[in-house]
Amino acid sequence: MNPFNIHITGVGGQGIGLLSQALLRGIDHAGITAIAVDTHGLAQRGGVVVSRIRCGRNIHSPLIRAHEADLVIGMEVHEAMRALEAAIRQKGTLVYLDATWQPLPVRLGDKREITSGHILNVCQAADVQAICVDSTHIKDARMQNMALLGTLARHQVIPGVDRAHYHQALADLLIGKMLEENAAIFNAYAG
Amino acid sequence: MKKLEDILLQSSPFEEILMGNQAIVRAMIETHTRVVTSYPGSPTPEIASAIYSIPDEKRPFYFEFSVNEKVATEVAFGAALNGNLSCVFFKSVGLNVALDSFVQLPLMNIIGGMVLVIGDDPGANSSQNEQDNRNVYKMSRVTVFEPANPAEAYAYYKHAAALAVREQTIVVLRLTTHVCHARQKISFKKVEAGPDYRHDFHCENGPYIALTSMALEMKKKSMEKLEKCLAYTVAHQINQVIGSSSSQKKGVIVSGLAYLSLMDALEKSHYQPDILKLGVIHPLEKTGILAFLKEHDQVLVLEELDNLLELEIKTMAYDAKLGCKIIGKTRSDDYIGEYTPDKVYAILQRVWPDLLPEREKGVRLNMEVPPRPAQMCPGCGHRSAFFAIKKALEKEDVTVADIGCHTLGYMPPYNLGEILLCMGASSGMASGLALKNTEKRVVAFLGDSTFFHAGLPGLINTVFNNHNITLILMENKTTAMTGHQDHAGEKVDIKTLLKALGIDHVVRCDTYNHKKLTGQVKDAMAVKGISVVIASHPCMLKFTRMRQKKEGYVQQHVTIDPSQCNQSHICLSQFGCPSFRRSEDGQVDINLDLCIGDGSCRVTCPKNAIGFDKGEQ
Repeated sequence: MNPFNIHITGVGGQGIGLLSQALLRGIDHAGITAIAVDTHGLAQRGGVVVSRIRCGRNIHSPLIRAHEADLVIGMEVHEAMRALEAAIRQKGTLVYLDATWQPLPVRLGDKREITSGHILNVCQAADVQAICVDSTHIKDARMQNMALLGTLARHQVIPGVDRAHYHQALADLLIGKMLEENAAIFNAYAG
Repeated sequence: MKKLEDILLQSSPFEEILMGNQAIVRAMIETHTRVVTSYPGSPTPEIASAIYSIPDEKRPFYFEFSVNEKVATEVAFGAALNGNLSCVFFKSVGLNVALDSFVQLPLMNIIGGMVLVIGDDPGANSSQNEQDNRNVYKMSRVTVFEPANPAEAYAYYKHAAALAVREQTIVVLRLTTHVCHARQKISFKKVEAGPDYRHDFHCENGPYIALTSMALEMKKKSMEKLEKCLAYTVAHQINQVIGSSSSQKKGVIVSGLAYLSLMDALEKSHYQPDILKLGVIHPLEKTGILAFLKEHDQVLVLEELDNLLELEIKTMAYDAKLGCKIIGKTRSDDYIGEYTPDKVYAILQRVWPDLLPEREKGVRLNMEVPPRPAQMCPGCGHRSAFFAIKKALEKEDVTVADIGCHTLGYMPPYNLGEILLCMGASSGMASGLALKNTEKRVVAFLGDSTFFHAGLPGLINTVFNNHNITLILMENKTTAMTGHQDHAGEKVDIKTLLKALGIDHVVRCDTYNHKKLTGQVKDAMAVKGISVVIASHPCMLKFTRMRQKKEGYVQQHVTIDPSQCNQSHICLSQFGCPSFRRSEDGQVDINLDLCIGDGSCRVTCPKNAIGFDKGEQ
């Protein structure tokens, strides 16, 4: 497999850590070499949090060069848009949650909010495949990441990694009721 | 579920995906490290979380969070003098705090051996600067290993420990942010039975007192030790040459994360320069480096932050009368920021324009994405404190910040805490600002963990020299910024301590009680001399996480009654909790994913439009 680069972005508190670990372990269960890294300086304080995963052959640094992410996973609309500009490669894939955590300048009325409509326009113009995931009915925001994971499994977005591998990954990371609840959301989206 | 505790304690060899910081803990166990100390700071706190994943009774070594990095270093040193292999770990700027003790250590015969694991932060991802601590290691004459990834972090810790034990000295393992936080699959070795705690201190093992006459003799010995350490690293081939047939006669000398960035770039290159990867960055292995220089016409020294390797390698080449062109840093940008794959790619393109293809262009947006500055969490007691304190201050008053979550008070909409140096510096700076100053009143902020870390001497100085400042102690009962580590406040009551220092005016107030806090700050600022207000509220991130774990917990939220709201936007523009949302027509509602139902915002609304919902499970 050629190197496949995944850029995951969101806001601290959205459960990006679990999503990143589930992906990394899922890829590993599929027998593909993978490395990952989180950047979370002030993530707990509502800042941007970014995680990267690289898999396949001949990968060295866990960091990804600008415009070389094959897949961007956005957990929040503003951060998905930011990653379109900074991370995704031409004709890459964007999978994002239709969730909005307004940045401070938007709340103060100084800047305009980014919407899912804006994202779809940019993706269409740039020939990026966009998959918007509706997770509004998932009450616990920390489990919205499972909607993304399920969607990735459903469309086999990461080559060679299927539903069973993600299930194995979740079983590595969670236990009991947490595993049941997360797996149920995953299944609902994996179809 | 694979529990981290079980992974780390497994006795037979195994493979597992771990973070660099976690892999270090496995290396501690395999090397029979007996005593580990630390003060929390990014990028190293996950070392401590991994240690804490193992319950006390099963943990094969002693661990403590000490009150600061200097004390942590001293405790680890003391334990090592008893014959126990010890380790101290902390973040980049922690070395500044520990330095007074640290520079003495290579002079000492540390019979148990000692390892310093330091988390440097090129790019200042979570630090007040990106200082290059490699500058210190020359001064203190210590051996430094630098891994590029988690697997090397594990392997090099084991080398560092073995060398420290063999030469009875201190050895440094230098990590950087994206080595600490990277994850990969690592093959771990088995755990052999180790020795018990020892208490073998004897002053004959020394000398341990560097009185003037002895200091020079001890220095000589430390230089001899460093030679022996170098011999160990050469024998174990820590430095590696990759490739030996560069037809272009071009080579790169590199270490750490920059090595990985280089390797990624060369996946696309038109030809392959040879590489000398340094795993030991101090002292340098002269023979190997000279041999590499001799084989090449041009050698690029690809070095993150300062140009230490470059200068030393150029000196070697000069002494050996080599004609090889050595390419180092040429502009200020070369000294700044992480050597990410992007940065290294650009440097290579500049140095050897025929090496790499042009980069692909990305996606262009025709709109601006609003920035997302870090901010205090929903329900944070500091937000309530700043909201109330701001009401007590005059426009010309000067506010001095310290390190911690409350540093974010500088951000809009509060703009409080206008000067920041380092841990515990606020009282001292405020005292200087207040000297002979009758025009502007001076307020200093200080967090409770920082108070114990380095805040006390500055505060005692205000008492001793009668400085006229008001200190607002932002008490949240934890070390919140780095992930909620405990601190000495658990056992030492701050108010009692302040009173014992002879500070007469000490009051405490829960920050959710805005009115009372505003009044207390006003009163304190009217006091001549030092006055202290303890603005107290538990860290709500920690508190809410604990609450949510309880069975049957009902999550309440605040609501906004649109019939009452007159869109004054005080909740947004002055209080600024991230849970508030503003629609394009100016209406305010609540982001239920963020609101923790603390209600600290309710008093900010002049129309009483903020209430509570019934909650949901």
